[in-house]
Amino acid sequence: MTDAVWHLIHPLNMVTLGRYFIFLGTLFRNRERLKVYLGLILDECIGIGVNSVFIVAIVASFIGAVTCVQTAYNLDNPFVPRNIIAFIVRDSVILEFAPTITAIVLAGKVGSNIAGQLGTMRVTEQIDALEVMGINSSSYLVLPKMIGAMLMFPLLTILSAFLGILGGYLAGVLVGVISSEDFITGLRVSYNPFGIKFALIKTEVFAFLIATISAYQGFNVSGGALEVGNASTNAVTASCISIIIADFMLTQLLLA
Amino acid sequence: MIEIKNIAKTFGDRQVLAGINGEFQPGETSLVIGGSGTGKSVLLKCMIGLVTPDEGEVLYDGRNFLTADENTRKAIRREMGVLFQGSALFDSKNVFDNVRFPLDMLTQMSEDEKVERAHASLQRVGLENAEGQMPSEISGGMKKRVGIARAIVMNPKYLFCDEPNSGLDPLTSIKIDQLIKEITDEYKITTVVITHDMNSMMEIGEKIMFLYEGHKLWEGNSDTLPHSDVKELNEFIYANKLLRELEKK
Repeated sequence: MTDAVWHLIHPLNMVTLGRYFIFLGTLFRNRERLKVYLGLILDECIGIGVNSVFIVAIVASFIGAVTCVQTAYNLDNPFVPRNIIAFIVRDSVILEFAPTITAIVLAGKVGSNIAGQLGTMRVTEQIDALEVMGINSSSYLVLPKMIGAMLMFPLLTILSAFLGILGGYLAGVLVGVISSEDFITGLRVSYNPFGIKFALIKTEVFAFLIATISAYQGFNVSGGALEVGNASTNAVTASCISIIIADFMLTQLLLA
Repeated sequence: MIEIKNIAKTFGDRQVLAGINGEFQPGETSLVIGGSGTGKSVLLKCMIGLVTPDEGEVLYDGRNFLTADENTRKAIRREMGVLFQGSALFDSKNVFDNVRFPLDMLTQMSEDEKVERAHASLQRVGLENAEGQMPSEISGGMKKRVGIARAIVMNPKYLFCDEPNSGLDPLTSIKIDQLIKEITDEYKITTVVITHDMNSMMEIGEKIMFLYEGHKLWEGNSDTLPHSDVKELNEFIYANKLLRELEKK
């Protein structure tokens, strides 16, 4: 295995994996009072969810638009009905793009933020200060982030799916590759509501992975600014790899 | 009283602490001094439970901190106040919230009591007018004082200060030293200060322990410090040219 490949998967090697599971265990031991967490979770919902609406909206709208135009470009056979374009846009967006692309975008935005924040707290001894007070620092700092992500990611995925389809509709109609009637008809073809459940299940898993992997990377920083930067990079790399692996496993488990 | 018995710690193949013993009395400011990399901070971390020593005991009024059950450890931790080298203030909270944080997390006090205690602590360190400021908006000396206010807000029995003068100008350093000394006398706290600041040693060193390459080479006070016959200690305290000149005179 080349050094470059090893470096790429390094954040996911077995020792790290073992430590990650031990770290997860510490989140649920010696927790603080519930009242303490409520305010923190609300803060995280705003930081993770509300502050990510803009980037998710932009990415989702354009991915829906591009999917529609590219599908139309590839389906130029006159025997294929035009409404099939909308059908493909709907299923691509709901099953894959909304949960997975949103998660990858959030791995970059939220994951690096979590790792950077916790890494800085570690190197400036703020985490030590919590531990000296007898506070379970991992539970106090990470559990609200995990719960905040798991509450907000599904809402962002729903928004992403809606805007993705809307983007596809607008792009298709404005560019002239599909009529408004054909698009709406296509959206109704062979609709399976399980697709939404599948997208939300994936989203919950992705939210858990992004929040905890990034927190693990940040929490275990030692050194200074350089190491905090490396932790942020590792958090995004490891989160993205785990998202695509989990995506494949969940698709195989739930759809195959 | 804090007792440390035979504390040893090794990182990899490097022995950082080699069987350190000592006693720290209530109402006394005890200093652990030594050059960089001699194990002072590791000793402090062993004492406050951030690093587990390979061997030895840390006794808080007879309670062994290292072997105690979780509840006893929590109880001992709540009797500790720690001033970290970089102050370790929470960036997301203002000065007042930093000081009241331990009260919010560790006590069942009423809102009024918490506010009163936090105000009193800030007043004690002379920062009653900086309550609304964020840590990024205040100077290094003020951060240290906020750190001290946070450390004493729970009325601790044991106060630990890790290099309280680092990064401060000489005048501010003296003020911080005096504040630590006053608080120790006032509340009869057992105070342990890690430092390599000569001025601190002479000003507040009621008891001084000198570490060299993980070994305790000397113990005394600020009066006996200049007359020691330990070569390493003399090299350490007379490293400063001005002090060398004074010694010759």
